[in-house]
Amino acid sequence: MTGEKEVAESRPIGAAPVGAAASGGMVAPVGAAAPGAGAAAGARQYLLVCGGEGCQSWKSEELFLALHQQAETLGVKNEVQIIRTGCFGFCEKGPIVKVMPSETFYCGVKPEDAKEIIAGRIAAKKDVERLVYKKEERLAATTRVPEGAFYNKQFRIVLRNCGVIDPENIDEYIARDGYAALGKALFTMSPLEVVAELRASGLRGRGGAGFPTGLKWELTRVAPSDQKYVICNADEGDPGAYMDRATIEGDPHSVVEAMAICGYTVGATKGYVYIRAEYPLAIERLKIAIRQAEEYGLLGKNILGSGVDFELEIRLGAGAFVCGEETALMRSLEGNRGMPVPKPPYPATSGLWKKPTVINNVETFANVPMVILKGSKWFASIGTEKSTGTKVFALTGKIRNSGLVEVPMGTTLREIIFDIGGGIRGGRKFKGVQTGGPSGGIITAKDLDAPISYESLTALGSMMGSGGMIVMDEDDCVVDVSKFYMDFCVDESCGKCAPCRIGTNQMYTILDRITKGNGEEGDLGKLEKIGQAMTKASLCMLGGSAANPTLSTIRHFRDEYMEHIHDHKCRSGSCKALVRFTILADKCIGCGLCARRCPVPCISGEKKGVHVIDQAKCVKCGECFVSCKFGAVVKA
Amino acid sequence: MAKMTVATLNEHRATMKKTYPTTLQPSPLTRIVVGMGTCGIAAGAQEAWDEMKKSIAEFGIEASVQMKKTGCMGLCQVEPTVEIAVPGMPTVIYGKVTAEVAKRLVRKHIVEKTLIDGHIQDRPAIDIVAYVKASEGEGGTR
Repeated sequence: MTGEKEVAESRPIGAAPVGAAASGGMVAPVGAAAPGAGAAAGARQYLLVCGGEGCQSWKSEELFLALHQQAETLGVKNEVQIIRTGCFGFCEKGPIVKVMPSETFYCGVKPEDAKEIIAGRIAAKKDVERLVYKKEERLAATTRVPEGAFYNKQFRIVLRNCGVIDPENIDEYIARDGYAALGKALFTMSPLEVVAELRASGLRGRGGAGFPTGLKWELTRVAPSDQKYVICNADEGDPGAYMDRATIEGDPHSVVEAMAICGYTVGATKGYVYIRAEYPLAIERLKIAIRQAEEYGLLGKNILGSGVDFELEIRLGAGAFVCGEETALMRSLEGNRGMPVPKPPYPATSGLWKKPTVINNVETFANVPMVILKGSKWFASIGTEKSTGTKVFALTGKIRNSGLVEVPMGTTLREIIFDIGGGIRGGRKFKGVQTGGPSGGIITAKDLDAPISYESLTALGSMMGSGGMIVMDEDDCVVDVSKFYMDFCVDESCGKCAPCRIGTNQMYTILDRITKGNGEEGDLGKLEKIGQAMTKASLCMLGGSAANPTLSTIRHFRDEYMEHIHDHKCRSGSCKALVRFTILADKCIGCGLCARRCPVPCISGEKKGVHVIDQAKCVKCGECFVSCKFGAVVKA
Repeated sequence: MAKMTVATLNEHRATMKKTYPTTLQPSPLTRIVVGMGTCGIAAGAQEAWDEMKKSIAEFGIEASVQMKKTGCMGLCQVEPTVEIAVPGMPTVIYGKVTAEVAKRLVRKHIVEKTLIDGHIQDRPAIDIVAYVKASEGEGGTR
């Protein structure tokens, strides 16, 4: 790009960029930076000692103090600042020390290594080679990124501008090669070439189903019609998913640009972003983006003087989960009640107002400008053979570092949960991870090393889904979780088809009675039978996948279901009705704290005498269990 | 701004690249970037923003400091997040920046030029836009 060179040349000598890689036009592999590179000679160095929960258990605090002491002893106190940081991930390789500005990454550092680090890295400005984390170690065998790219745990294509630019300023987006892909497509590529590029890139729908994006555009392109439409599905409704919200809030123009490219490619002059009303900030920023793009002539009539027209409008969804289903979404967009209709015909031939329509998810669109700008070859070099590129996940649940992560396809769940996520909070044991929200399933510890792709997750009985990833530990009850998702589907079923309307209700009733200790012999068989019927016979994927969480947990945790049914026992203590709080007579000192905290109240006893819980009145809130300082209240 | 043609857009981009270097690119100015997606704001990013603005004014360094908001940096666990680039210092991301920490950031990091203990986070990924540039010769573009 023009201008890039000037930036590089205008850099003052000795003021090379600190931090990671990005000076104008150049990239230095971060971990492999030469000692002292990036800092003016004699400049101060910084030792960042990871103070995350994991590293603390590896004695990082001792290390921190030892480094300070050595710096003092060796008389280099003023040449280095040693500080503690938040969790850096890679907890199993802790404690971790990062050196700035050289960006060296030491792992498995012990307090006795302090002297060597201070004498070597700080005083002599030479790395302690045996502690340096090799970049290969960060790469799983299955993870592919373009040659020469340093894989810094994450690889951000969709989120390339999130956290970098001001989303309300189109100029910052333009400075980051924004709308260059639109210019390239309009003036140097025919619609057929755009489609060919997308198909060669292997980009697939990021909403979860994984339909090839290029093929979708091509089917719409060749469909004869006087009017066609482009829709962006931003009706993100899965519990625990917020990838699309973050993308629009952080980089709305990437979606706007991609939709304009799509309009040109398929011959549509009108586009809609269908976004849920619960995302006010995303809507606001999208509105600003559209207005700015119109002012610049990047939307509207005769875009950039090319003769191509494309208008974009926002439509708000009212919060119905089913409207994330494409046919229901289009009915809602038309002003009708949001209910799915049978496919075929597919939207590519008969979509919005029965006209050929491309409907893609936010994340899919956000990939498009990079595919066009950098080419299919580049894009296809990332990820796996059949699942190219990256995927954004919203990592939540019982994880230390919850967050929004973007990784190349083919990354393993273990890398995401343990390397990036830092593992389970509070040192608890990993139980499973729910991918695909209420449509997906649970993946257990034995499958943690499976590389992520559309095919592999389906083979494991879950699905890619839109990207919610909820991590569960041993304190979570699978029956309770299944009940939660089923409850969600009961609420969100549109009621049009019987399998979904009746099936979700029946399954919920059975799950509910199991969690209350009233499960019956044969309940699991019934759940499986109803679930299979729903999966086969439902009109859309809401009903078609609603049974997945239940079926997959039955498959992996049948014994836990049986415990609930036979022994009326919930091993995690999540199913309140099955929990029984009692007070141990030999431990109770009669302080009366539990009785005062009990909201019912159902705890009685003389002062300084043993207290008793009236089981008939107890509401199982657990206040007594939490408040007792003597371990006298037990949960069973 | 008048409607652009592809030529004026490219010219404009060249100018904007100079106007808006990223925090990893050199600049004579101190840059503060506050993560203000829904997540950051809910965690108190606005309070952190206000506190820094106030502190900067108290130190009288408004002319050399640029503040801007951005979307989610992806570090939900440690919101609010603030990235700071001070000339001559490593560009770092701070997490859990409450109003109190924000005030300290201005005094310790920007004025006294020392890093603050306990709040720095690892940068999650390299800048792909910059990386793509380096690979341009490899046949990425056509």
